[in-house]
Amino acid sequence: MHIQVNGESRQVREEINVTGLLQDLQLNVERVAVEINLEILDRGYFDARILEEGDRIEIMSFIGGGAEIADF
Amino acid sequence: MLIFDCGLLIEEIHNPKFFLKDRAMRDDRLTIAGREFRSRLWVGTGKYKDFIETKKAIDMSGADVVTVAVRRVNITDRNSENLLDYLDPKDYTILPNTAGCYTVEDAVRYARLARAAGVSDLVKLEVIGDERTLFPDTAGLIEAAKILIKEGFVVLPYTNDDPIVAQKLVDIGCPAVMPLAAPIGSGLGIRNPYNLKIILETVNVPVIVDAGVGTASDAALAMEYGADAVLMNTAIAGAQEPIVMAEAMKYAVEAGRLAYKAGRIPRKLYATASSPIEGML
Repeated sequence: MHIQVNGESRQVREEINVTGLLQDLQLNVERVAVEINLEILDRGYFDARILEEGDRIEIMSFIGGGAEIADF
Repeated sequence: MLIFDCGLLIEEIHNPKFFLKDRAMRDDRLTIAGREFRSRLWVGTGKYKDFIETKKAIDMSGADVVTVAVRRVNITDRNSENLLDYLDPKDYTILPNTAGCYTVEDAVRYARLARAAGVSDLVKLEVIGDERTLFPDTAGLIEAAKILIKEGFVVLPYTNDDPIVAQKLVDIGCPAVMPLAAPIGSGLGIRNPYNLKIILETVNVPVIVDAGVGTASDAALAMEYGADAVLMNTAIAGAQEPIVMAEAMKYAVEAGRLAYKAGRIPRKLYATASSPIEGML
């Protein structure tokens, strides 16, 4: 099935949960925030939330920044 | 009894209690919303050459509060490193900002994402009003702060050097205010010292001068006025030698703070002799 991850279309296996997606992307679960269809998903639900066709997922993390970054 | 020139008894010199007052002046920690901070120099983590330089500069500055931005992770380059691999949240207070947000909705969204990605409710709230100046949109700032405070965030607002807005931010529940010295990254120093002094006199929460510092004397001046801390990024990261500048800023903030606590002499138009006239020929 197809989902959108950080603005890019991506093919993933059926029945994959958020933890599985983060593992596939080799991301540290402890250091990211996940937003699905504009709703933030609490870390406690990463296992329970099964991804669905067309889900728009944003995976966010901390980067270096003062106040001057205006390039998103 | 042996008496020194300065009028101290020798027993007093040997009594460790004698230096208590002096030590109390040096060990004055900053407390905001129940959190205690060691350093009064806060630093941003942007604009460095790499993470190693970032880490070295921050360690040299002695800062324990570091600001970070929230952005999409790089999902194409899986080997890309994470800033927090270098700045362990156990060793620093990670203060996420909402930099780059021009609307209340965006700022609130980024603050929520920061909380979800992090370990605390702290946020440095920015609602930017204009791309050229990066001045805060203070109306949007107050609105966003109200929403986030209701959701339990500890909101540290990046605001203009406007005493009325600063007071409004305090009234709605901000435990500190962060007025700018000058536009972000401008290095102009404190452009409006009188407004800053009014803010320092009127609000009863810590004031962190944020943005616009160019060099060490700017930071020292902010602290001499009575600011509780100074936050900077470009002044260090953009210096020719960032790590050396980080050290300069550490001393500047400490010196400014001590001078503030020591109480400066009043300015006078005419001279006052320091050497006695008595005993002259």
